Amino acid sequence: MSREEKKWELRLYVAGNTPKSVTALTNLKKYCETHLKGLYRIEVIDLLTQPQLAEGDQIFAIPTLVRKVPEPIRKIIGDLSNEEKVLVGLDIRPVKQE
Amino acid sequence: MSINFFRNFIKIIFIIPPNEPASTKQMKSIAKTKTGIDGLDEITDGGLPAGRPTLVCGGPGCGKTLLAIEFIVKGATLYNEPGVFMTFEEKAEELTQNVASLGFDLDKLVKNKRLRLDYVQIARTEIDETGEYDLDGLFIRLEHAIDSIGAKRVVLDTIENLFAGLTNQGILRAELRRLFQWLKTKGVTAIITGEKGDGTLTRHGLEEYVSDCVILLDHRIINQVSTRRMRIVKYRGSIHGTNEYPFLIDEEGITVFPVTSLKLDKDVSTKRISTGISALDKMFDGKGFFKGSSILVSGTSGTGKTSIAAHFADATCKRKEKCLFIALEESPKQIIRNMRSIGLDLDRHVQSGLLEFQSFRPGLQGLEMHLASLYKMVRKFKPQSVVVDPITNLVAVGLLREVNAMLLRLIDFMQSEGITLMLTALNSGSTEHIDENVSSLVDAWILVRDLEADGERNRAIYIMKSRGMQHSNEVREFLITSKGLDLIEVYRGPSGVLVGSARKAKMREDIAFAKNNQPKHLNKLAKKSPK
Repeated sequence: MSREEKKWELRLYVAGNTPKSVTALTNLKKYCETHLKGLYRIEVIDLLTQPQLAEGDQIFAIPTLVRKVPEPIRKIIGDLSNEEKVLVGLDIRPVKQE
Repeated sequence: MSINFFRNFIKIIFIIPPNEPASTKQMKSIAKTKTGIDGLDEITDGGLPAGRPTLVCGGPGCGKTLLAIEFIVKGATLYNEPGVFMTFEEKAEELTQNVASLGFDLDKLVKNKRLRLDYVQIARTEIDETGEYDLDGLFIRLEHAIDSIGAKRVVLDTIENLFAGLTNQGILRAELRRLFQWLKTKGVTAIITGEKGDGTLTRHGLEEYVSDCVILLDHRIINQVSTRRMRIVKYRGSIHGTNEYPFLIDEEGITVFPVTSLKLDKDVSTKRISTGISALDKMFDGKGFFKGSSILVSGTSGTGKTSIAAHFADATCKRKEKCLFIALEESPKQIIRNMRSIGLDLDRHVQSGLLEFQSFRPGLQGLEMHLASLYKMVRKFKPQSVVVDPITNLVAVGLLREVNAMLLRLIDFMQSEGITLMLTALNSGSTEHIDENVSSLVDAWILVRDLEADGERNRAIYIMKSRGMQHSNEVREFLITSKGLDLIEVYRGPSGVLVGSARKAKMREDIAFAKNNQPKHLNKLAKKSPK
């Protein structure tokens, strides 16, 4: 299966508009644009408005990034400030920056 | 009006201190939430601190989770306080299955919105950490759970699992501190469980954050018998029992025994009850034992202790009162058969429901368990008399000191319930001292001894002590006949105390002598011979 066929479904859990959440979302968008352009979908879930969703994905820390697809589910907690760690965690092969 | 006026008038003159302090004092003491766990509310003087977190810690298998779940279930069923149980260890289904054996139907409680189970899974393999984060997700989850059912009680079991799942300890500690503060502002009474650490109460020092009430559970194996104990390590703003209290986990959950309180303030009865042996009654001032007193019958083996106890049980039942017979040596059937040989029909009392036998081997369970099951039996059967035959067998499961402590509590309990308690003790060999130790606790002590002379073994009985009554200081010969037990005066001849065939021979001799020489003494002699 080539990399291009993969769809990436990512879910970012936040709680309100906190600096950490904003940083996480900015970082995530940046990495996705760089390495997964056109292959990803980010869903942001604000637990302040939908607290019932926390249980389903076993969220306890905020922000948490969940990779729903491809399986298996991976989780990264924190503001995603370390790019390398995020890419390893999500198992994304980085696109060489020219 | 006029009384009030008068009072005020006096107040002005004599400056009577107002009556209020007592009531304001009560107002000031912290509010408590009843756990509903037998005994725990007594040693905590009313329950856990309301609206605050309590730390329950202990080693693996000590009953932390059980205590927590019982707290939640009792709250939901007895006190109309719904609860949230957040577990970091077991899946909700597993937990439900595990506590089903205790008769807790979690599914039903969940369905009725009295309970919410939330399993927080922390799988290190799934999770990476990068950068700053907080535990708001947990807060939100918890708050959502609390608000959805209006919970008043919360359990976090075991939050320390977070330490295994997350690497950033700095964040974690700060967040836990925030969590416990937040629980307080939320006004829920919470139990946080923690695994006992090496030299610390909990492995990750949760006690630093939870400072209102700390309960330590312990599960010890001594001489291959396990005993569970509980101690209130601290309880801010409240008096509490400081001892280690044994507790029991059985099919009805946790039971704590706060029985070492031993306030010597029991009501006592002046009513007297028969010993079941009329000649023995006579030795006790002609009236028998005090009702609600404790009696120790000790003696070497084969001296008829069980027979005395059986007579006592028989007398109780004949008064249409209930008697609980705890047999630690023989089975009920054995006792009934054996007693039939001395003309005592216990079976009819068993049939009529007045006599209940409980028979088990002491090695079956630890002392605390024995005590606990005794309490339960007594509460269920509500007897007026209890017989434990023999207490010395308990030494098989505990050290002498522990047995004594247990008997002390047993005697204390029976006294407070107004139950007449008869204990039998075998004194021989290693258990020689048990009767002496117990004797200071009991009200009456009957000693049966055997006297060996002229190739015979005869029994002698005497009263070592009997509090609060005139009692005979004489040694009597104790006969076990096919018609029951009987006591006769020993025969004092020129060569000392005579019993058995020596007594008979001497009496015959004396009677013959009296016939010839002193006919008026005949009556006196005849009186002394057994019926």
